[in-house]
Amino acid sequence: MTGHAAACSILHVDMDAFYASVELRRHPELRGQPVIVGGSSTRGVVLSATYEARAFGVRSALPMSRAHRLCPDAVVIPPDFAAYSAVSAGIMEVFRSVTPLVEPIALDEAFLEVSGARRRLGGPVEIGEWIRARIADEQDIPCSVGVASTKFVAKLASTRAKPDGLLAVPPERVVAFLHPLPVAALWGVGERTEESLLRLGLRTVGDLADTPVSTLQRAVGSAAGAHLAALAWGRDPRSVIPTEPDRSIGSEETFERDVDDPVRIRRELLRLSERTAGRLRDSGQVGRTVSVKIRFSDFSTITRSRTLPEATDVGRDIYAVATALVDRLGLQRARLRLVGVRVEGLGPAAAQPRQLVLGQRAFGWREAEQAADRAARRFGAGAVRPGTLFGRRPPDPGP
Amino acid sequence: MRFRVDRDALADAVAWSARSLPSRPAFPLLAGLMISVDDSTLTVSGFDYEVSTEAALDAATDAAGRVLVSGRLLAEITRSLPAQPVEMHTDGARAVLTCGSARFELPTMAVADYPELPVMPTLAGKIGSDVFGAAVASVVVAAGRDDTLPVLTGVKLTISGDQLTLAATDRYRLAIRTLPWEPADDLGTATALVPARTLAESAKALTGGAHVSIAFEGNADLAGKADMARVAEGTVGGNGLVGSGLIGFEGSRRRTTTRLLDGDFPKYQSLLPSESAATARLEKAALVEAVRRVALVAQRTAPVRLSFDTSEVTLEAGGVDEAQATESLAAAYEGEAMTIAFNPSFLLDGLGALDSDDVTLAFTTPTKPAVLTGKDPEIYRYLLMPVRLTG
Repeated sequence: MTGHAAACSILHVDMDAFYASVELRRHPELRGQPVIVGGSSTRGVVLSATYEARAFGVRSALPMSRAHRLCPDAVVIPPDFAAYSAVSAGIMEVFRSVTPLVEPIALDEAFLEVSGARRRLGGPVEIGEWIRARIADEQDIPCSVGVASTKFVAKLASTRAKPDGLLAVPPERVVAFLHPLPVAALWGVGERTEESLLRLGLRTVGDLADTPVSTLQRAVGSAAGAHLAALAWGRDPRSVIPTEPDRSIGSEETFERDVDDPVRIRRELLRLSERTAGRLRDSGQVGRTVSVKIRFSDFSTITRSRTLPEATDVGRDIYAVATALVDRLGLQRARLRLVGVRVEGLGPAAAQPRQLVLGQRAFGWREAEQAADRAARRFGAGAVRPGTLFGRRPPDPGP
Repeated sequence: MRFRVDRDALADAVAWSARSLPSRPAFPLLAGLMISVDDSTLTVSGFDYEVSTEAALDAATDAAGRVLVSGRLLAEITRSLPAQPVEMHTDGARAVLTCGSARFELPTMAVADYPELPVMPTLAGKIGSDVFGAAVASVVVAAGRDDTLPVLTGVKLTISGDQLTLAATDRYRLAIRTLPWEPADDLGTATALVPARTLAESAKALTGGAHVSIAFEGNADLAGKADMARVAEGTVGGNGLVGSGLIGFEGSRRRTTTRLLDGDFPKYQSLLPSESAATARLEKAALVEAVRRVALVAQRTAPVRLSFDTSEVTLEAGGVDEAQATESLAAAYEGEAMTIAFNPSFLLDGLGALDSDDVTLAFTTPTKPAVLTGKDPEIYRYLLMPVRLTG
């Protein structure tokens, strides 16, 4: 086993235009045309677009109304998350047949550590091509693979390989590969950091690499500066970590139309709290930190959180904290686009001793909600829900 | 305006008033402290619409007047001054403070725009300041700090003739202190829900004098009729927002007023167990030390388990996969052998609030509240809900 081949064992596999590719599989007549997957309402955003649509400037997260103007001929297909999840499961199965060291990043992308599969399947490049062939064959969608010795270079390589390609960057070529790239290509460089760097005249990764670390640290802060300097020379010590357990469970809702009605917002918080609590109970977990996310009509987003004295999986508890956090913002009928509720600091429910409450009823909210869970299992989601949530359609399955 | 004043007296008064100033004031004037002098009295006052403070001290006055300056800055300056008399006067729009060879010039704010301090409500009665300070300190430990249930962040003050009762609960524990006081008139029964933090600070600050006078206008008296379980769920209990009622405390030439909380404090009398199945009596200091030691291995909110048997209690914490600790103490125990678990910091809060050498713990079952008492259960009681162990 040569040193260089051994060092070059991380794959980043990423589906090309994932949702759109899945849709093309069902609508072969649309191949070669601009296709956009996105919310059909005027409030939707582009979730995925074929390369034909991208040629018009359509990209992910663009408001649908803009996408329409850029590419009026595009075919718009509403998303079908169930189908994408099914394809995703198939993809992950292919990955896990190669190595147990699979770190999924999203439905359609993952890092793989393949050094252990060399004897069975050959070198990393062969493995990458084998994966591409298997996915094309089984799922009928294209993907791109980046091969490198670090996660970060592997991810950049797969991006450069798109669409439907493979790019290997062996260690001795990392510097030559990285240095011509714009600084924004580096992980952790967002708009603000990019601005700070451009002000110093640092346009490419190579410029960064030739700049003293202390200068970078002055410009973007000490941690970020050190991080950028390391990345600029291709140093990224992170290893592939197989599927991490959930660090948080939550739910959010984008309103059909911006909402400023406090009653409506509270009702949504209740629904999201109940849904989050239900998921916690399903997974047998409890969490100590409740956070809320608010996105205003101008897209500015804030989150607020509070840690409870004791972990919970009770919707009422989560709701009480969520409303208190929102009340404290003093929104005064600000127009909201989205609200979200999340519980963090998770741990197993079974192992938790429970602090009892003075005057506690023998059957409290926790027991009531567990009974509602049982009813939901028998009669379907939303069989039992709070009175304030009645007269509405049952909760949507979350994203 | 021009006066001379003792450096320590000024620094104390300013520090006290400045402590209740808002760190982020609704408008800049409220970050100010008002310094006013007449004949021979200097008054330092602050106000943020919820809490007002006023401290009076002797000063040699050359010219009466008032000036409004940044409270935080003045507090920092007076704290750092050398031990020399302080002289202060106005010079145009600036206040000049000199002490020894140190000289400060501070910009002043418009006195005319400063809000009127609330008028002290009608006197209700008075009480020894040390007794009051200790009583308040023993109760506020049980007050809620979490503003999801704002009414529980208050201390319920109940006056019934010559008896004053203070109560606070955060749902997990409840502290009740009853003490005699001297009512000004026959008030009958009156109640007030006072923000716990302000009450604690006021009671502590006023221990300098012999007595504290208490004056209040009660808010709409809901008389603690709410059911505890429903308050805990947040379904009743009112908004717990700052109400229109006002309470004032006065002593040692300082006075402070604070807005009362609106809301329905839970009816706590019914939570007190009418009987107990078992009691344990043990030396308080030894128990405190043992709980502290054993709790070292209890992670985050993990409990300490107490197993009582005839003449002994065994404390345990930790689990099979973690560090473990056990310790035994002598205890006079009457009842069936029992194991009960508590949040160690809640237990320590209660033990710390007792002013006796021994503690009596009364139990009914391992899932019902335990009652901690010292010398006399009629004077102070600390109810503590246990932690239910799994498995």
